[in-house]
Amino acid sequence: MTEFKKDEILYDHNHDGIDRRGFLKCMAWAGTGTLCVMKGGVLESFAFGGGVQLDPVKMKGELSFAQISDSHMGFNKPANTDVVGTLKAAVDKINALKHKPEFLLHTGDISHLSKPEEFDTVDQIIKGAVAKQVFFVPGEHDVIGDDGKQYLERYGKNALGDGWYSFDTKGVHFVGLVNVMNLKAGGLGSLGPDQLGWLERDLQGLSASTPVIVFAHIPLWSVYPQWGWGTEDSAQALGYLKRFGSVAVLNGHIHQTMQKVEGNVTFHTATSTAFPQPQPGQADSPGPMKVPAEQLRTLLGITDVQFKRGKHALAIVDSNLNKNMSSQAESTQSY
Amino acid sequence: MKAAIKLSGVVCVLAMLLAVSAGSFADLAAQKTAGAPLQVKIDNFTFAPVQLTVPAGTTVQWVNRDDIPHTVVSEDKTTFKSKALDTDDNFSYTFAKPGTYSYFCSIHPKMTGKVVVQ
Repeated sequence: MTEFKKDEILYDHNHDGIDRRGFLKCMAWAGTGTLCVMKGGVLESFAFGGGVQLDPVKMKGELSFAQISDSHMGFNKPANTDVVGTLKAAVDKINALKHKPEFLLHTGDISHLSKPEEFDTVDQIIKGAVAKQVFFVPGEHDVIGDDGKQYLERYGKNALGDGWYSFDTKGVHFVGLVNVMNLKAGGLGSLGPDQLGWLERDLQGLSASTPVIVFAHIPLWSVYPQWGWGTEDSAQALGYLKRFGSVAVLNGHIHQTMQKVEGNVTFHTATSTAFPQPQPGQADSPGPMKVPAEQLRTLLGITDVQFKRGKHALAIVDSNLNKNMSSQAESTQSY
Repeated sequence: MKAAIKLSGVVCVLAMLLAVSAGSFADLAAQKTAGAPLQVKIDNFTFAPVQLTVPAGTTVQWVNRDDIPHTVVSEDKTTFKSKALDTDDNFSYTFAKPGTYSYFCSIHPKMTGKVVVQ
């Protein structure tokens, strides 16, 4: 397997953060942005958005799953007065995928106010998905007022501590982390020493060639700390993941697609199925972003993930809920 | 001559300050008597005013005008702790003892505020 140098940009003639010699830092924003695709060592970049259609490179993978996030069941303000409808549309989208996902990952903020009826409604809607197995991690909206007791009762039966766990399928190791508990005043997301200790032990026995997929609600990299978009102690977790040849970190929380590559680790955040939020610094606060009605569904969506063994490739395709315009952002990292 | 004018200027300012602060305490006293608690408005992921100074025995009421739920939790997480406040919900706490009470929103911990009780 190729040795990977520490992440660096060597040639940045266009000052856009893309090193055309091979290493890439790529941020893909919801709706507009630059898509960077590594194919056989050659970097190609495309601008997308506003109706530009991309031809997605669909890799028929051995493992296929879908990520949904931030359903915020119970939210009913102008940014979206029908979060039930948009969640159902997300499930329809999942059911229409070419390669049926084997399971779903929900990266948290299932409910809006941790109310039982909100969890119930989400469970009911997701039951209609073609993928019957769903794995959850909590968002901060799921653990309000009870230190996550209800969340754990519903979704954490096989989990440890505040709800963390791992599982293996088809040779890929999945780790669900909880970074929304015991938050401190003025702080960011937090994993805590118990969970970090467990993570270190959990990864210990695995060979470095095992693909690892980590999912947690709040981003594990510093997207925008001023808005709480980051995790205080994620560096320690990422340290344990450093030796692995292929790592993907899937997060939610920020209600927009964002992607970053650092060495062997691909970070990816999902859109919400409920309401969009502004890009970092583009508004006073990270609250629900009101958009014209016809634009709403283009900013909500699902993430389809395909894994193909041998190529250590993870094809991540974000698609929005708008039926007419299937603008898809894809990043493929091949080794 | 100059010194005299300067001094009288200072006295003027002092007098004004005294009048203003007396006025504020009068307002506070009036509010207390009227039974209306002091309000902290929650909006745009912010507590406003972010720092409030009150006499001991004051009841402070937080009102959420944001379109997203928030909580009001003392930094030690035990002194006071509201349930989830959706839009237009409110939470009150009476500060009996003097001290500095830092608090935050437990859902969005970057949101912080302070009540100084004298």
